[in-house]
This record gives sequence, structure tokens and C-alpha cells, in this order.
Amino acid sequence: MLSLAAVSAGYGSFRALFEVSLEVAAGEAVGVIGPNGAGKTTMMRVISGIVPLVAGAMTFDGKSLAGLSAHRIVERGIAHVPENRRLFPRLTVEDNLRIGAFIAPARARIAERMAWVYDLFPRLKERREQLAGTLSGGEQQMCAIGRALMSGPKLLLMDEPSAGLAPLVVQQVFDLVRRIRAEGLTVLIVEQNVQQVLDVVDRAYLLEVGRIRLAGSSAELKDNDLIRRSYMGL
Amino acid sequence: MDIYLLEAVINGLLLGGVLALLALGLNLIFGVIDVVWIAYADLVMCGMYAVYWLHLWGWPLTAACAAAVAAVAVLGLLVHVLIIAPVLRAAPINQLLATGGLLFFLQSFATLLFGTDFRNIGVRLPIIELGEIYISFARLLAFGFALVGAVALYVFLKRTYLGVAIRAISQDREIMGLMGVDQRRIYLVTSAIGGALAGLGGCLLVLQYDVHPFIGNTFGPLIFMICVLGGLGNMIGGFIASFIISQIISIGGYYYSTEWAYVLAFTLFIVLMFIRPRGILAR
Repeated sequence: MLSLAAVSAGYGSFRALFEVSLEVAAGEAVGVIGPNGAGKTTMMRVISGIVPLVAGAMTFDGKSLAGLSAHRIVERGIAHVPENRRLFPRLTVEDNLRIGAFIAPARARIAERMAWVYDLFPRLKERREQLAGTLSGGEQQMCAIGRALMSGPKLLLMDEPSAGLAPLVVQQVFDLVRRIRAEGLTVLIVEQNVQQVLDVVDRAYLLEVGRIRLAGSSAELKDNDLIRRSYMGL
Repeated sequence: MDIYLLEAVINGLLLGGVLALLALGLNLIFGVIDVVWIAYADLVMCGMYAVYWLHLWGWPLTAACAAAVAAVAVLGLLVHVLIIAPVLRAAPINQLLATGGLLFFLQSFATLLFGTDFRNIGVRLPIIELGEIYISFARLLAFGFALVGAVALYVFLKRTYLGVAIRAISQDREIMGLMGVDQRRIYLVTSAIGGALAGLGGCLLVLQYDVHPFIGNTFGPLIFMICVLGGLGNMIGGFIASFIISQIISIGGYYYSTEWAYVLAFTLFIVLMFIRPRGILAR
């Protein structure tokens, strides 16, 4: 479904990604793990068109994504839950969801999608008139995921959904990821929480200083010595 | 109560409506695009001339006003495309210089085209007598249309997808693309709406004041002061500040003179800037 072939990218003269290749098949959940500053967020931003591709090829459903601006990529069916959630704090929960359905095909089905999101996250329905900035961390994450789902994506990109949340809430966030998978969405998730993300994804990549270091099924990676030592503290 | 004072209060309220409309336009543009259109009041001047000439050529007033609103909306679009877009990522001082340059351009161009004559549209609207109080119908009309414009803007911002995007964009510019929003399109729509509000302001003011190339200098500083007082980009703050300032000018003008009232208003402005530098409604 999504394919990155030897993708390089960066900010100005600073290169953050070096020939990264990655595949996500339809229906899969794929993780990207790695330390801070490895380029995980940059990779997500390249896929969603915020950071330009410098070299390499990127295709989605067989069509190239190179050179498309971010709003066109949303129209192709990729939604991005950004790092730190990035809700609009002074808009209500419902307005945050509404803006997620900005693209024309999503507007046509907004009532149905809103009902679906409220069904997935009943807590959001209770808080729909509340300003998003007043939600708890876990609720904000629900709102950010809900907002991304409103565009009706085929692929959901999630950048560090557990970051900055209390341990109990982190567990809830991974439960959310499972529920979204159960809805039939394809998920690409970036996480530092290696142990827990390997429990929800089928496969994962290890990204270090801008390069793919390892790839494999979650079971393989859980048994890998490097991963166990460096990322799981075992 | 002194009926002349009451009359001054009513006139202040009516003036406040028009100022509030223009402050909304300027705040909208600043909030969304993050650029201050120094030449905003000169777009109002263009609107006033448009109504004046169209009416002189025999157009009915309503048609002339509708055409002026549309024309200034297009002018707003052009300002964005030709002047703002190229300096969008430039330092704020360069953006100020660019829109400041537009101010001189528009004023000089109007002088070249129309001379420095004060021109009156010559539409005589009745004076309404309420007991012993006299209210100018032109002002009442201006107030009514300004409120209609403000309410229409409010409904647009609350109820439409573009409106929600416009409210969102000042809170997080970078991720708008992830929402499927084309930022350039939002900027264009905002510039056109800002222009349309300036055009409407022009229609309402040309019924009360003579038009000349430098009329923008009369309202421009006032509108900026109002926007800063309310907190730049804060539409509700600007709305409230409009009525505070217009009351000071109107009541001050009644007790002393209009000149002293302006001095009073700007003094209050400076004092308030020390007390609440981010505007009266600052969070």
C-alpha cells in the first residue's frame, strides 16, 4: 500500500533520513522504533508531505506521492496524527473533528463519520462542546486520532501517540491502536515505547541516525539481542 | 439626563459599529495571515470612491454599493497575491514596509486620478427626530449594516468548514495541511473577505463623510489603535474596543472638542498599553 524506496530528506542542508526503504501492506500495522533524533518524525512528515523528499521514491496504492503538498496527500487517503497531538486548543472537540473532515469527500459523509468516532471514543461525545485545550492527555490523544479518522483514511500515521502520557493512559492509547486496527485501517506507528508497540504491530523497523538498521516481524524483533539490550532494557 | 449627552452617546454607539466592522476585517487578516495590512483604511477609501463614481454615473446607490464591495474584495485578493504572498516568509518589518508602501501608492494614485478635492456623494438622508434627540439616518443605516456584516462574518466563521479552518489556522499554522486544508486557499478567501469588509465600510462611510485621497489617514490610526487595544487578532476584543474608543471620541467631543477627544483616546490607549500590553482581553 505504502512504499518508500531509498528515501532521503532533511531540513535545509541538514540531512535527517538516508535512503530509507519501507513497505506497509494493506491491513497491516507496522511500527518504526528508534531513539530520539533518529529521524522517525521526519519520516512521517515526509510521507504526509510537510517535509519535502530530497531523493528516492514514495508511492501509495501504486501512485507516486513525490511533490504533492500535504493537503493533496490527505485526499489520497493518508491521515497523520502528529507528534504531541497538535489539537487546536481553542476550538471545541467537535470543531477539531469537523476540521478533520475538511476535504470534500469527507464533508459529504461527516454525520456518519462523526457518529463512528463518537462510537469509538464515547468520552469525546461527552466532551464535544469543551475546548480541546481543556481535555486530559489521554482524551486529547483520542481527539487527535478521531480528527485524523474524520478524513476517512486508508492509512493512519501515528507519531508517538504515547508520548507525555501517564503509564496507565499509555496502556489505553495502545488499546485504542488495537481498536483502530480492528476497524480495518492500516497503521504506521512511530514509538519509543518499544515493548508495548511490538505488542500491537505485525512488523517493525528500527531506525537509527536516519537509516533503517533492522526490520522484521514483531516476534523476531522481540527476540533480537540489540533491541532487547538497547530498547527494552533486558 | 442631558439630552445632548445622550445624543453624543448614541452617535458614539453608531460610529462604534462602523469602526468595529473595520477592526473585524483587519483582525481577521492579521489572525489568519499574520500580516498587518497598514493600508487597510486606504482600501476603505477605494470603496468610498467606487461608490461615489458609480453613483455619479447614475447607478442606483444599492447597486453601486454592491459593486464597490465586490471590487474591494477583488482588490483584497490582489493585495494578497501581488504584495503579501511574495513576502509571506519575510521578516515582519519587510511585510510592514510592503503594506506601508501600498498605503502611499494608493493615496498617490487616488490623488493622481481624482485630485485632492473633497467629494460629497450628495445623497441626503433624513434626520430622525426622537423627541428632542436628532439621529442621522445615514449613521443609523451604517450601524445597522455594520452589525449585519459582523453577524454574517460570525455565522460564516462558526458554521462553515472554511470558517472553522480560518479559526484554526492561527492556532497551529503548520499542521493545517495534515487536515487537508490548502493554506493558500484560506489566505485568498480571508483576503477577499477582509477586502469585502473594507468595501462595505467604504459604502457606509461615504454616506457620512466627504471622500478624498487621504481619508484613510483619518480612520486608519483609529482602527489600528482599536485592534491593538483589543489584542491584535482578537476579534471580540476589537469589537469591544471599538465601542470604548468611539464613546471616548463622541462624549469627549461633546464636552471639549473632537480634537481633544482624539488626544484623550490616544492617551488612554497609551496608558492601557502599559497596563495590558497584549490587549484588554489578553488571556
